[in-house]
Amino acid sequence: MNNTLIKLRSIAKSFDGEQVLCGIDLDIHDKEFVTLLGPSGCGKTTTLRIIGGFESPDTGDVFFDGERINELPAHKRHVNTVFQKYALFPHLNVYDNVAFGLRIQKIKEEEIQERVREMLIMTGLKGFETRRPATLSGGQQQRVAIARALINRPRVLLLDEPLGALDLKLRKDMQNELKRIQRETGITFIYVTHDQEEALSMSDTVVVMADGKIQQIGTPTDIYNEPVNAFVADFIGESNILDGAMLADQKARFAGHTFDCVDGGFAKNEPVDIVIRPEDVDVVPIEKGMLSGTVSGVTFKGDYYEIIVDVCGFKWMIETSDYVAPDARIGLYIEPDAIHVMKKSEYSGKFGDYSTFSEEMDHLSDPGEEASEDEEETVTP
Amino acid sequence: MKKKLSLLERAAAVPHIVWAVMFIVAPLLFVIYFAFTDSKTGRFSFGNIAALSSYGEIFLVSICFALVATFCCLLIGYPLAFVMSRCKPSTQKLLTVLLMLPMWISLLIRTYSLMTLMENGGLINSLLTAMGLDPIQMVGTGGAVILGMIYDFLPYMVLPIFTSMQKMDPRYLEAAADLGCNSFQTMFRVVLPLTTPGIISGVTMVFVPSISTFYISQKLGGGNFDLIGDTIERQFRYPSTYHVGAAISLVMMILILISIAVMNRFTDEEERGMMV
Repeated sequence: MNNTLIKLRSIAKSFDGEQVLCGIDLDIHDKEFVTLLGPSGCGKTTTLRIIGGFESPDTGDVFFDGERINELPAHKRHVNTVFQKYALFPHLNVYDNVAFGLRIQKIKEEEIQERVREMLIMTGLKGFETRRPATLSGGQQQRVAIARALINRPRVLLLDEPLGALDLKLRKDMQNELKRIQRETGITFIYVTHDQEEALSMSDTVVVMADGKIQQIGTPTDIYNEPVNAFVADFIGESNILDGAMLADQKARFAGHTFDCVDGGFAKNEPVDIVIRPEDVDVVPIEKGMLSGTVSGVTFKGDYYEIIVDVCGFKWMIETSDYVAPDARIGLYIEPDAIHVMKKSEYSGKFGDYSTFSEEMDHLSDPGEEASEDEEETVTP
Repeated sequence: MKKKLSLLERAAAVPHIVWAVMFIVAPLLFVIYFAFTDSKTGRFSFGNIAALSSYGEIFLVSICFALVATFCCLLIGYPLAFVMSRCKPSTQKLLTVLLMLPMWISLLIRTYSLMTLMENGGLINSLLTAMGLDPIQMVGTGGAVILGMIYDFLPYMVLPIFTSMQKMDPRYLEAAADLGCNSFQTMFRVVLPLTTPGIISGVTMVFVPSISTFYISQKLGGGNFDLIGDTIERQFRYPSTYHVGAAISLVMMILILISIAVMNRFTDEEERGMMV
């Protein structure tokens, strides 16, 4: 994680008059695992394609190892790509697919044999040499795609939602495997996904994107604990996002109550967004609570209960290990360091209230799909 | 209910079966009958087939002409199909219509107009003389015959190749570029193998009519070239030579069937690996 390998500077791109990227500045360091995370249509794939050389930016510059590579065609770049649906050559078998890049480089056939063998062992594909891609399962095709890209020993590997087509179990296994391969090879990975959990568990750096702009760049813990705006707070994990004001440093007022917090540096009485994660709210007897409310929904989630609490009309989501009966009156207690204060942004007021969230909705929505949850919550007036 | 439906289905097939028996099966049987009977006695004989040895050269010349025409069509048609497949959808439609437009005009008329263009007193030569150049003898040369074949059959080469290119996922081109292929390498290592089925059907669709044509060689060859098609046509002018004509037809039909079978085998193998 030393020197900067790829630099994007004020990249903009539009398709048919529609702006898909705008003012993208991004540094990617050597040996880093970077994830571009965002809902579909946020521009993450376009960013990746610009790095790969499949699109050229309308304005802005792409630097690779200090050199401007805007005009360098894809086949001359030291990057390789694992495509979204793999794009394995159907007329070649596994061996020939993996050997493809080396044959183009005119490497001696004995060396190719050796390297393909190594690569197939590393990706767990030994014995599949003569199979055609069409006869392989999704997971196996995925491995071939990774092997085909990695065998060229690129400086950077681009992965475009590589696990999107796999089932949950396989996706988890492949996440670990990709992480292992990245550690073993020391190659910089740039990984595109809309799955926030995938992004948090695999990356060194997460780049959250929305509406063609980078919202936040940071380590997974930073992104989770210190989201910069309501969009990031909502997109990464569950959040209660409340409208509030900073009375003074370490004094935030929201939900009709003044709280001690750890954030400061805002103007006096500056309107802010307050983020409180569901797991950071403690359920206490009503007389000990800072806030009180009525339980309007309880969902058993295995190791915890997810409860929706109505506090003066605002519905909070709270995760608690103790069962609370529906319609019970409970008190809520929030530690100062659980309160995260954010500046107001264009996303303020759009996310973070669970009023439309009900058990039925929970069943309807696919828990793995962050995008569908967004849709439900943006309906909130 | 089910039986009734199948009866209806069978009834629907009757017109086609009658048609096929009258115009495909029966003529075929006649050809076989004539090929193996003696013209004078009407008895079974291999005489007609044996007589074919004197037509060996005609067969050879015909095959050569058809091969050259097919190869030229491929050479012209493949890049054309590639360029077409890279165009915007609206341009693609326009180009396809332009390509198919001549196919709506009778082959005879097209060949005839080509002849009037290339005749000694034709448009091209009038232009040349007007420009003070010597006229070129075109009609009556082998080149003119092959040009006629190319002109008449080119769409049959372009369309199947174009279709196979349209079906090809553009991500394969990106993957090739990603793995270091320049456009030349992409063409030979990815595009060509992936469009082989189109090439095979294009080649078949040009080769078969080229080898059996008689009108083109008569008009544009100026009678200097005797191809199989011409020979067969001539034999069928007089009933006494029906039998030899039938024998030549039969042999050519078998040759074509063999070549189609070989081609299809080739495509099948390709496609087995292409299933996605």
